[in-house]
Amino acid sequence: MDNTAVATHIHEEHAHVSLPQHRHHFETEEQQREAGTFGMWLFLLTEIMFFGGLFFAYLLYRNWYYDAFVAASNQLSIKLGSINTVFLIASGFFMALGVWAAEVRKRGLLVIFLILTTVLGFAFLGIKYVEYSEKFEKHHVPGAHFDISEFVNPPIDAKTGKAEQKPLPPDMAAKTQVFFSLYFAMTGMHAVHMIIGIVLLFWLTWRAYYGDFSSGYVAPIENFGLYWHFVDIVWLFLFPLLYLINRHPLS
Amino acid sequence: MSASTSTILNLPDQTTATMPKRNYLNNEHGLLSWLFTGDHKRIAILYLISITFFFFVGGAFAGLIRLELLTPQPDLMASDTYNKMFSMHGIVMVFLFLVPSVPATLGNFLIPIMLGTRDLAFPKINLLSWYLYLAGGTFTLAALIFGGVDTGWTFTTPLSTHYLNTNVITAATAIFIAGFSSIFTGLNFIVTIHRMRAPGMTWFRMPLFVWAHYAASVLMVLGTPVLAITIVLVALERTIGIGVFDPTKGGDPLLFQHLFWFYSHPAVYIMILPGMGVISEVVSTFSRKRVFGYTAVAFSSVAIALFGFFVWAHHMFIMGVSNYSALVFSLLTMLVAVPSAIKIFNWAFTLQKGSITFETPMLYAFAFFGLFTIGGMTGVFLGALGMDIHLTETYFIVAHFHYVMVGGMLMAFMAGIHFWWPKMTGRMYPESFSKLSAVTSFIGFNLTFMPQFILGYLGMPRRYHAYPAEYQVLNVLSTAGATVLGVGFLLPLLYLTWSLKYGAIAGNNPWQATGLEWQIQSPPLTENFTEIPIVDHEAYDYEWLAHKTEQEVTTVG
Repeated sequence: MDNTAVATHIHEEHAHVSLPQHRHHFETEEQQREAGTFGMWLFLLTEIMFFGGLFFAYLLYRNWYYDAFVAASNQLSIKLGSINTVFLIASGFFMALGVWAAEVRKRGLLVIFLILTTVLGFAFLGIKYVEYSEKFEKHHVPGAHFDISEFVNPPIDAKTGKAEQKPLPPDMAAKTQVFFSLYFAMTGMHAVHMIIGIVLLFWLTWRAYYGDFSSGYVAPIENFGLYWHFVDIVWLFLFPLLYLINRHPLS
Repeated sequence: MSASTSTILNLPDQTTATMPKRNYLNNEHGLLSWLFTGDHKRIAILYLISITFFFFVGGAFAGLIRLELLTPQPDLMASDTYNKMFSMHGIVMVFLFLVPSVPATLGNFLIPIMLGTRDLAFPKINLLSWYLYLAGGTFTLAALIFGGVDTGWTFTTPLSTHYLNTNVITAATAIFIAGFSSIFTGLNFIVTIHRMRAPGMTWFRMPLFVWAHYAASVLMVLGTPVLAITIVLVALERTIGIGVFDPTKGGDPLLFQHLFWFYSHPAVYIMILPGMGVISEVVSTFSRKRVFGYTAVAFSSVAIALFGFFVWAHHMFIMGVSNYSALVFSLLTMLVAVPSAIKIFNWAFTLQKGSITFETPMLYAFAFFGLFTIGGMTGVFLGALGMDIHLTETYFIVAHFHYVMVGGMLMAFMAGIHFWWPKMTGRMYPESFSKLSAVTSFIGFNLTFMPQFILGYLGMPRRYHAYPAEYQVLNVLSTAGATVLGVGFLLPLLYLTWSLKYGAIAGNNPWQATGLEWQIQSPPLTENFTEIPIVDHEAYDYEWLAHKTEQEVTTVG
């Protein structure tokens, strides 16, 4: 092969039975699968940069308006947040089982696991709806109707007769709006990713039901699994940052 | 110069020349076969048509801006209209022309062929990226038709969120969508370069065009999402009034600047790096020499991509960032000039003792050298803190980035289009007309923007539609130059279209170039290669080309 570089490279074309999903421009199925997974990881990298902007903003304002962030953070329900965390982790668990079911070519199990993943995703969004609507009732949604009175004059606890938390001076209390801006932007972007994921889950469940992934072609399930786990992981950072960190510095 | 003595052009005998019977252009017929194609070459052509359209839209705005600035008084248009003109010019040119220009057209067409593969890794995502581009373009046109947008292309808050009643959301949506088109292009390139190289095509046998696109793709993939989230926050702030950038609510407009320039400075390198890739190919081919310091040029692309992420705050020296951070960013800005200089010097050494011929792509490449060097050097002026305070937000800035973007990227784009035109279409462009247009645009460009350096140094601020009468002479020169420049860009549109039917048949390798793309038929087959090549030679190996036997089948039919 000295001077004839553009010449004859004959690979065994029909040495094995290729899948119908094998695309002609890939030399081998292995190459196709690797390329797909690599592409998905790169896409997740872009997602990290996307959320990174929000996390950076959070970091900055948390340092500037520490007291406001603590007070506003106390408004979030640890109970609901924890339930949601459990839902998401369980959903991710079933997704992982779904990938396994696809790999061992069990169509029925795959469909069941995908449905469970979807249901838990919906449960998460449902609880998120409850949390959001409470914010609307309390006028803690940033914008024209934002109300800081609860942070300036915290409600009195009926049992102890004391304020539930330290009152904030009005200028600092106004900064709780920054917290809630970020809260809605971050959890909202996360929820948008969940909704996109659920739409994809419907589509995948449909295809799984008709046996598309029961003959050794599992790339879409695997790659969607990566996406779904990524969405989980984003929440696993959001939950401590928004709900948990320095929650009750008074006690 | 007489073409017969100094040319390497090697057209097939015109009496027997034929176009290959089967190629990607005639493989399938009908509009739908184009709109649903997965072929990277066809998608490249689709992109080429659409970015050409938007280039002339953006160019029309530039023309109107220069026309208004012909006289010191605001006589052609109202100040609001002028603001909309330069905003739309910036948005269209940056997001709909410069960012996709070389990567989405030439890169799309050539990277799989240069790597010796049949297509990009994800053909459907490639097509999706074109549709996203179109959607972005449609939203931009919608913003224009419904009354325009006047934030400037930078969407500066709180101006964009609080004080304007123009179509900010529509334009922001356009950029958000177009951004994903760019992300998908970059993602496709990276995966293709990592996973799809032909046997024997090692990293250091890849053409420098591919290296440059690799670096640019990394920037697209890592930078663009940050712009996306920034735009989402601007839109949320404008619609429902969240308080991330709004100082009345505790937000900080400076944060917007940080996030915006975190993308938009690397975006400058997204725009220029692929152009540098084109120049490497052209310079080597028309000097008949391997690019001097191949490894250095390859790594300088990567270095530009890396440093490019750490210089964004040099756009913010007058915005109240701390002195220390300004100092650091000033230093880093100087550093990013080093890899660019490495490239320029290496190209110069490539020319040394080469057998240089002056075909049109080479003329454009020479224009690139001169103009990009001026653009880059003035960038170093602006990176110096003291100078920046004086020059920023004046016409000096405008001239600087037009030297880099138009003088650099657009010249490189034109060089690339002429260089690969025979490969893309199978036909030659008319050499004399194209040389004329290269010279015309070089002269026109300098006449347009050189006076703007002086205007800026004298203190004329950018983004105003009126100016003191003493600036008029230079502005008239600039407008005259813009007219010449316009002719220089209109000419290729005409003769390239003409050449589609009447150009001489080019044959496989009219330039006697070494790239894999020149070893296959022009225009290529849909599957590029009848058999996947095994690569056993370095890039730019002219000895290999000279000894290459004629045995292999390169044309079907």
